[in-house]
Amino acid sequence: MQYLPNVIFVILLIAGIGFFVKNVSKLKRNIFLGKEESLTDDKPQRWKNMAKIALGQSKMVVRPIAGALHIIVYVGFVIINIEVLEIILDGIFGTHRMFAVLGPVYDFLIGSFEVLALLVIVAVVIFWIRRNVIKLKRFFKPEMEGWPKNDGNLILCIELVLMVLFLTMNGADYQLQQMGADHYAEAGAFPISSIIAPMFEGMSISSLVLLERTAWWLHIAGILFFLNYLYYSKHLHILLAFPNTYYGKLTPKGQFKNLQSVTDEVKMMMDPDADPYAEPAEDAAVPDKFGASDVQDLSWVQLLNAYTCTECGRCTSECPANQTGKKLSPRKIMMDTRDRLEEVGKNIDANKGEFKDDGKQLLNDYITPEELWACTSCNACVQACPISIDPLSIIMDMRQYLVMEQSAAPTDLNNMMGNIENNGAPWPFNQMDRLNWSKES
Amino acid sequence: MASELKVPTMAEFFASGTVPEVLFWVGCAGSFDDRAKKITKAFVKILNKANVSFAVLGTEESCTGDPAKRAGNEFLFQMQAVTNIEVLNAYEIKKIVTACPHCFNTIKNEYPGLGGNYEVVHHTQFLKDLLSEGRISMEGGTFKGKRITFHDPCYLGRANGVYEAPRDLIRKLDAELIEMKSCKQRGLCCGAGGAQMFKEPEKGDKDVNIERTEQALETKPEIIAAGCPFCNTMMTDGVKNKEKEDDVAVMDIAEMIAAAEDL
Repeated sequence: MQYLPNVIFVILLIAGIGFFVKNVSKLKRNIFLGKEESLTDDKPQRWKNMAKIALGQSKMVVRPIAGALHIIVYVGFVIINIEVLEIILDGIFGTHRMFAVLGPVYDFLIGSFEVLALLVIVAVVIFWIRRNVIKLKRFFKPEMEGWPKNDGNLILCIELVLMVLFLTMNGADYQLQQMGADHYAEAGAFPISSIIAPMFEGMSISSLVLLERTAWWLHIAGILFFLNYLYYSKHLHILLAFPNTYYGKLTPKGQFKNLQSVTDEVKMMMDPDADPYAEPAEDAAVPDKFGASDVQDLSWVQLLNAYTCTECGRCTSECPANQTGKKLSPRKIMMDTRDRLEEVGKNIDANKGEFKDDGKQLLNDYITPEELWACTSCNACVQACPISIDPLSIIMDMRQYLVMEQSAAPTDLNNMMGNIENNGAPWPFNQMDRLNWSKES
Repeated sequence: MASELKVPTMAEFFASGTVPEVLFWVGCAGSFDDRAKKITKAFVKILNKANVSFAVLGTEESCTGDPAKRAGNEFLFQMQAVTNIEVLNAYEIKKIVTACPHCFNTIKNEYPGLGGNYEVVHHTQFLKDLLSEGRISMEGGTFKGKRITFHDPCYLGRANGVYEAPRDLIRKLDAELIEMKSCKQRGLCCGAGGAQMFKEPEKGDKDVNIERTEQALETKPEIIAAGCPFCNTMMTDGVKNKEKEDDVAVMDIAEMIAAAEDL
């Protein structure tokens, strides 16, 4: 019986991590439903981008208030997680504050965790106020109704609860240390929880131990719950921001990819030796579909982008179309892509590993042509994203499908393209008149 | 200066067996749009004054394909690109200057993958180089102390990271450069990009160019400076919509320099 807590702990740990691993493998499978895209070039630059943008949060601080608060929560969580290592080891071996042997270093660590925990609480409360009291505009767009809104608030609540549990645990521990309780040797510095410790005065050692143990267990269980909550939430960005910034675009923002399948056709048309009446070879591959109408037509990086999006809405708030009341919202493009990908993934799970046509697709069922045609391709959304997501590339791929597979461009654009085809200019002017300006006064 | 513009073509250079220093890619707007033609002519006047050996393709030039690509018609874009690249490569073009950021972006970034490799500069970069090489001189003159705000074209700024060349030129005119609340990396689009120039906007509360014009007018400018023929049109329309055309001029930077030099 003596080892019961250790056994329960190990079971909890394995279950928590196991379930998480299962979800990660599903995540990976879904991402690689996307088309292949080789991004093995310029690794030094990619590492640099990841270090600067994800690790260094360089684009978060473009908005100083949100940026500073985010850095507190980010640094807080990363550093306080050192403590989780100790908690896990204590849990497995049934020890208490195993790292206390580090002496003054331990005091410093615990002390700084406490300060950070308090700062995280402050930041999280301000974040909550921004969402629910000040009601910042970017959190109140149509795509944020329902689950996305609750998800955002739930994450803040979980973070708050975790930090409160951490400080309660330490406060009770500190009180026990002062009272000289068994197993609670003096270790650590408690600059914050020593302030709340007086609240526990008058409690018996056994009730304090119960309080300390309850907070300890709830804290670690909460962390394991949070880990598994990620997959069902926008909060996946805490992990995916790293690969996403690594695989972010390295070429100038204005450079859109040239479609190889089109290049092949154009080259063939331009080739004077090509036989226009030649039968396609028996084993010729089916020509690629032009553009994207569903998630499988996008590249795996675009799908990684979709899972990485944390719905902060900086893209949408910088979007000229959205600012002037059009339906387009770059954030919605990313959320729709993710939601459709999840739907496709569930379809595959339900049909023994194979996708059964469900009569739906990303285009029309999620993203409407009206949204796609409102884009000015200005790259404001791409610039605004703090973790290198590129909504514009998805918009452009879907426009390609509309135009090249469905001939469904707006009439005005068809006229423009007709003009380019016929006279080499988007307006109906004769190419032979191109130099007339030089003779006009 | 009423003297005629000297606009040699590549065909003429080729016939005489000589090579110009740079090809001036005029672009469709610069060739056909009445407002943009004034920018083209202003730029040529400066080139003429500085004795820059340049040529245009004239009737051999064709749309770069930018609006087709941004509208989703990759096929039409590549047809245009490949045709243009054949012409450019036949003339062994090395360096291209253009007053249109869309042409600039397309030729600079999207042509190399299709076999067209050139040094491509925007006319504000080219003018800045002429200035630093002492080939043109600029006296502020009429622009001295004027409040000027610069509207960043998306395809010059965010798309290619060129923010300073146009601003340096404005400062050289002894003008007072005032920034809008969204500028440089966070500059707001004029509303014309992505082939929007050629279609009606989707339903909304406002047109993008009106929003941007309001931002520009907040700076109480005498001149809104632009570096793109499409931005120029959009901002000019915006200023007219606000009935401010008597107080606020929308000018390309090349026009400002030509005017300062009384060309």
